[in-house]
Amino acid sequence: MAEMTYLQAISDGLRTEMRRDKRVFVIGEDVGVYGGAFKVTLGFQEEFGAWRVIDAPLSETAIVGGCTGAAIMGLRPVAEMQFADFISCAWDHLVTVAAKQRYRAGTPVPIVVRLPSGGGFSGGPFHSQNPESSFAHIPGLKIVCPATPEDAKGLLISSIEDPNPVLYFEHKHLYRRIKAEVPEERYTVPFGKARVHREGDDLTVVTWGAMVYTADDAAKELESDGVSVEILDLRTLVPWDRKAVLESARKTSKVLVLHEDTRTGGFGGEIAATIAEEAFEHLDAPIMRIAAPDSPVPFSPPLEKAFIPQVEDVTKGLRELAQY
Amino acid sequence: MATTEAVDVVMPQMGVSVSEGTITKWLKQEGEQIEADEALLEISTDKVDTEVPSPASGVVTQILVPEGETVEVGTKLAVIGGEGGASAEAPPAAEPEAPAAPEEVAQPAESPAVEPAAEAAPAPPPAPEPAAAPAPADGQQNGKSFVSPVVARIAAEHGVDVSSVPGTGRGGRVTKKDILSFVESGAQAAAPAPAAPPQEEAPAPAPVAPAPTPEPTPAPAPAAEAPPQAPPPAPAPEPVAATAGEQLEPMNAMRRGIAEHMRRSLDTAAHVTSAIEVDMTRVVAIRDKLKPEYQKTYGVNPTYLIFVARAVVETLKKYPWINGEIRGEQIVTRPWVNLGFAVELTDGKGLIVPVVKHAEGLNMLGMAQAVTDIAERARNKKLTPDEVQGGTFTITNPGGYGTFHGTPVISQPQAAILGTYALVKRPWVVQDSFGKDVIAIRPIMNLTLTYDHRLVDGALAGRFLKDLKEALESWDEVSY
Repeated sequence: MAEMTYLQAISDGLRTEMRRDKRVFVIGEDVGVYGGAFKVTLGFQEEFGAWRVIDAPLSETAIVGGCTGAAIMGLRPVAEMQFADFISCAWDHLVTVAAKQRYRAGTPVPIVVRLPSGGGFSGGPFHSQNPESSFAHIPGLKIVCPATPEDAKGLLISSIEDPNPVLYFEHKHLYRRIKAEVPEERYTVPFGKARVHREGDDLTVVTWGAMVYTADDAAKELESDGVSVEILDLRTLVPWDRKAVLESARKTSKVLVLHEDTRTGGFGGEIAATIAEEAFEHLDAPIMRIAAPDSPVPFSPPLEKAFIPQVEDVTKGLRELAQY
Repeated sequence: MATTEAVDVVMPQMGVSVSEGTITKWLKQEGEQIEADEALLEISTDKVDTEVPSPASGVVTQILVPEGETVEVGTKLAVIGGEGGASAEAPPAAEPEAPAAPEEVAQPAESPAVEPAAEAAPAPPPAPEPAAAPAPADGQQNGKSFVSPVVARIAAEHGVDVSSVPGTGRGGRVTKKDILSFVESGAQAAAPAPAAPPQEEAPAPAPVAPAPTPEPTPAPAPAAEAPPQAPPPAPAPEPVAATAGEQLEPMNAMRRGIAEHMRRSLDTAAHVTSAIEVDMTRVVAIRDKLKPEYQKTYGVNPTYLIFVARAVVETLKKYPWINGEIRGEQIVTRPWVNLGFAVELTDGKGLIVPVVKHAEGLNMLGMAQAVTDIAERARNKKLTPDEVQGGTFTITNPGGYGTFHGTPVISQPQAAILGTYALVKRPWVVQDSFGKDVIAIRPIMNLTLTYDHRLVDGALAGRFLKDLKEALESWDEVSY
C-alpha cells in the first residue's frame, strides 16, 4: 500500500496497464511532452515513447475517431479529453460509431475516454460540467465515476480491460484534495457494484463522484441529531447497482439522490424512478433529489457555490427527510 | 373474528398533541351488530373530526360514554362482544369442537358465565384477532395524516389500525419508526389479552393469549362472509340518489368537519352580528409607508388584516368576555389572546383556522410574520394539530372579493368572531379646518362582530367595535 492522491492513483493505474499490455496507448491534447493539462501522464512519454503517448491536434473528433479505429484494429486506446466538456465534439464518433459497432458488426470497441469533469474552482460553463447522464442514456457506453483513489485505480484498470467503450469521469476537484492508501499491485474494481461509503439506518444517500464527500460531511452533521445516514457510492452509472440501492432503500425507507450534474434529465431521476417502481411499498417519504439547478455552471465563486450542492444544502435536505 | 371475548373501544390518539376528543355521534347502539372496521362512532377533536372504526365484529354490548361528552385519549368508550351480547348473537352451534381440549372442564368453577361464550368460536385457532383486518391503509385517515406506503404495508401485515398509532412525523404523520415501535411494544395485541381468562386449557403455565402476533393468512375460517382482505366495509351512509344531470361527490373529512362544526356552533351559540364602518385613511397612509420596508427587509406584507389584528388584540384587553368562553356554567377569561385566522385552502374547497398563539406579545412586524407563516403552512397542509387549537378569538376576512358585510359563524367554543370586509372608497362627511362638514373621499372598511349573545350583550359588542374603530382611525404608529 502507498498513500496516493486521486490523481496519482489514476496515473498509477494507467502506468500499470501500459507496462503490462503493449496494446494500451494514450492519446490526447498535450498528454505527451507536457504531461497532460493536469499532469496525469507526466513522465509517460519518457517511459513509453512518443508512439504510445501521442500528442493529438486540438480535435476531439480526431482523437475519439482515431481511438475507435485503433480499437477495432485490436489496440486498447485510452483517450484524454482535456476537459470532459469538450467531449461533445466527439459525440458522433462515440454515440453513432463506438457505442453501436458491437451491436451492428460484432466488433468490440475497447476504448477508454478519460474525462476530467466537475466544478468547484470557478472554471465556468466550459470547464466544470458533469455530462455523465447524456452518455448514460446511450446504450453501448459504460459510465464510470470513481470517488476514491483506490477506486480510481481499480476502475481505470477495469475500464481498460473492458471490451466496450467506457467513459471514465474523473472529478477534478478530487485530484489533489483526496488522498488515501492504494494497493501498489494491479487490481480491478468490478463495474456495477456500489460501495457503502458509510453505514446507517435512518436515511440513504445515493451519490457518486465528489458528492460522496459532500454527503459524508452532511451525514456527520446529522449524526449530532441522532440520525444515522447510509451513503452509497455508486462508482459506475452504467451499469449501476440497483440491488444495493433497493436494499438500502428498503432498509431506511427514506432516500436522497444527490448529484453535481444539473437536475432535469440527471441520472438521479433514473434512480428515483427505479426506487419508486421497485421499492414503493417500503418508502416512508417521497424520494428526494438534490442536484445543481438547470443552468450552465457559473464562473462567479458565490454563484458557483450556490449552483453546486453544498454540505448545508444536503444537511437541510436530510433533516427534512428525517423529520418527514 | 367473531368476538367471543369482549373487546374495548378506546378514544384514539388523533395526533401528537391531541389529548382528548368529543363523542359526536354513536352510529351503533347497544345491542346492534357491527363488523370489524365498520364505523362505530364519530368523534371530534378540535379541528379534526373522524369516525372510529370498530376493532372487532360482534355485538355492541356496552356504550360507556354518551354523545357530547369529551374524554381523554385512551378512555374506554364501548365494549364489543363479550358475555351477554356475543352469546345472544352467536348461535350455540359451534360449541363442541375445541380441538385439543379434553379436560376443558378442568377449571370451570370460577366463571361459569363466561364459559359458553369462551369457546363459541367455531374454528380451531381461537385466534384473538380483534384488529386483524388490514383495513387501515386506505385514504380514510381524513387527510390529516398521510399513510406512507411502508406504513400501510406494515399496518396490513400486523393488523394495526394506523390511526391508533401515535405519530411523530410531520403534521403528526405515523412514520415507519412509529409503527414499528408500536408493533414491537405489542400494543395492538394488548387489547384482547386481559379480557380473556379461560383460553383452551393450554398446558403452559402462563395464561397469556396464545398468539401474540396475529398470523396474516391462516385463520379465515370462522366468518366466511368477511374475508380478511376485503376492503373496509365503508361507513355505509344512507345511499343518496342523484337525478338525471346531477353529479354526486363524496364529502371529504374536512367538509364533513366544517359542516358539523358550523351546525353545532349555530345550535350552541346565540349568534348576533353588529357592524361598524371604519375610516381607514390613517391606516392606508401608514401601510403605504411601511410596505416597502416590510417587503424588502422582512419579505412580509403589512396587509390591512394585520392592522386589524393588532388593533383587535389591543382592544380585547379591555373586553375579556369577548375573548372568553362559556364552559359549563362558568365564564372563562384569560390574559392572553390566541388569534385564529380563517384561511381558505387553495382549491377553494375548504377552510382551516390556524391560530397565532399569544398574539398579545406580537408587534406589527411579529404579527405580519406569524400570519404569513401560518397562512402559508395552512395552504401547504403543513400545520400540526396544535396549531389549529386553542384559539380564543377569530378573525375572518371575506372582504377580499369585495363583499362589504357578512355574518360569520363563531368558532366554538369562542365567544365572538370578527369579520373584515372590502376597503371601499366612499363619499364621507368629515370636518374641515373650520369645523364645517365637507364631503371627502375616504377608504372605508366595514367590520362586523358576530358574538354569542349568551355571553356578550349588544352594548358590550358595540363598545368593543367603537374602541376598535377608534384604534384604527387614530392609528398610532409608535404604540403599535
